[in-house]
Amino acid sequence: MIFSGKVFKFGDNIDTDAIIPARYLNDSSDENLRKHCMEDADESFPSKVSKGDFIAAGNNFGCGSSREHAPRAIKVSGVPVVIAKSFARIFYRNAFNIGLFILEADTDGMDNGDILEVDTDTGEIKNKTKNTVVKAKPIPKFMSELVNAGGLIAYAKKKIREGKK
Amino acid sequence: MSRPLTITEKIIQNHTDNEAVAPGDIVSARVDIALGNDITAPIAIKEFEAIGINEVFDRKKIALVPDHFVPNKDILSAKQAKMLREFAKKFDIENYFECGEAGVEHALLPEKGIVLPGDLVIGADSHTCTYGALGAFATGVGSTDLAYAFAFGELWLKVPESIKVVFEGKPKKWVSGKDLVLYLIGKIGVEGANYMALEFAGSTFKHLGMSDRFTISNMAIEAGAKSGIFEPDEITEDYVKSRAKKDYIFYKSDEDAEYAKVLKFNTESINPQVAFPHLPENSVDINEASAKNIKIDQSVIGSCTNGRIEDLRIAAEILKGKKIAKYSRLIVIPATPDIYRAAAKEGLIDIFMDAGAVVSTPTCGPCLGGYMGILADGERAISSTNRNFKGRMGDVKSEVYLANPAVCAASAILGKIAGPDEVV
Repeated sequence: MIFSGKVFKFGDNIDTDAIIPARYLNDSSDENLRKHCMEDADESFPSKVSKGDFIAAGNNFGCGSSREHAPRAIKVSGVPVVIAKSFARIFYRNAFNIGLFILEADTDGMDNGDILEVDTDTGEIKNKTKNTVVKAKPIPKFMSELVNAGGLIAYAKKKIREGKK
Repeated sequence: MSRPLTITEKIIQNHTDNEAVAPGDIVSARVDIALGNDITAPIAIKEFEAIGINEVFDRKKIALVPDHFVPNKDILSAKQAKMLREFAKKFDIENYFECGEAGVEHALLPEKGIVLPGDLVIGADSHTCTYGALGAFATGVGSTDLAYAFAFGELWLKVPESIKVVFEGKPKKWVSGKDLVLYLIGKIGVEGANYMALEFAGSTFKHLGMSDRFTISNMAIEAGAKSGIFEPDEITEDYVKSRAKKDYIFYKSDEDAEYAKVLKFNTESINPQVAFPHLPENSVDINEASAKNIKIDQSVIGSCTNGRIEDLRIAAEILKGKKIAKYSRLIVIPATPDIYRAAAKEGLIDIFMDAGAVVSTPTCGPCLGGYMGILADGERAISSTNRNFKGRMGDVKSEVYLANPAVCAASAILGKIAGPDEVV
């Protein structure tokens, strides 16, 4: 799939407390998660983000807690893809399980507000503002099956329908 | 001739139908325990319902532990706890713990003999890796994973590479598992073991108890690791034999098993550590930390990292007959009801209260900035918990320093970050 939007740029080690602080984890509704997404990293994020925008970050994005609220908050904010140099492993699996694309790529050349065009099939990331292209690491086959099915639950339902479970 | 395997590879292989497994393989693994808490299980329950099957895979292999915001801190958290209770009732979940029996999940499940050596445990909580201390493969996952495991009793896993971490020598006085793991994270960084299994070994662990192993495995995730495992031995056996609810298996790595890396440390040269804000990798020697004269407002002793009876005994040894500094708070949270009761019987609660501490019922509470000790802007805490991210314990402009319970107790007395030798 091809997505196009502007970049919100973050640094290294953006932890799940920054993505969705625990003080809001008494409510897992989409509305609550959207309202506080990225709040402790950039207070203005929830009011500025538009559907189709991207998050780009440095190393170890999503480190810390296993809270699935983190990728969910990003997804319900309308962000279709997160691009980072690397991801913490629980965040990585959670993102695929809930059907949020994540791409590992060099994000050094991306700045706040840059317009990107991202092809999740080829991993090609075009920076329209800077006229540059970077290529993301290929998504493992199983993971792309998961995300293309719409996440782990949709994948499970498909297996049940096919009589494999 | 089959390839030699690490303990992690052996446990995973024995939970699959695969004839062989190797690092990088994505396998479907059977789980012995699938765990959720009052924050993560509500989403799992909703997702489980979305799958559309009306039975869980095994009511004895699911554990539901309300511990994060329990006793409920507000109406919304009460609703989340209620979801767990109703799910537990509906499916007659054996390992559901109501407030009063419940404690911090990763202290509770080993204590009750629910997680055991050789098990494959997944939990929708990042500190599920704690059970590696028992020689189990245990890893944190998300709520959707948990829903899938509730339904099918299995989960997709990538077989991790392993890093062997060897600590040799006898630890100095006041040096505990917490210090070794903070030291390690300081050396390898918060993503030093991302996607990998840490395997701990060495003569040091003959000098330390199970409690230290739990602390070390618990914080494997703070180096990004998938798991942090110890080969079980006689210390493990002593711990599990009277608790085990079922049979268990001791796995060991083959002698020529392959590791991505082998790291060796001389424990005798390691002092108590303090991790500065805002990452667990910012660990420094207590002498260096103390010299900086860092005033603290609050000290917390508790959590899945350091809320066991051994931790409370150490804190009490330092606090006995002393008072905490004026205008500072000390919050002590025994991790389970059994620990709470033992602390009362041993007179530790009296020591804490005499010193001016508040003693809470078991909860994760302040560790994640939930409740029971939230920081205002500009406030600073030293804590025996596991994370010091920005805003972790409260306001985004507050600070958390991580240390062992002895350092937290000493710091509470002096109102500044200090080592135990400065007060004892």
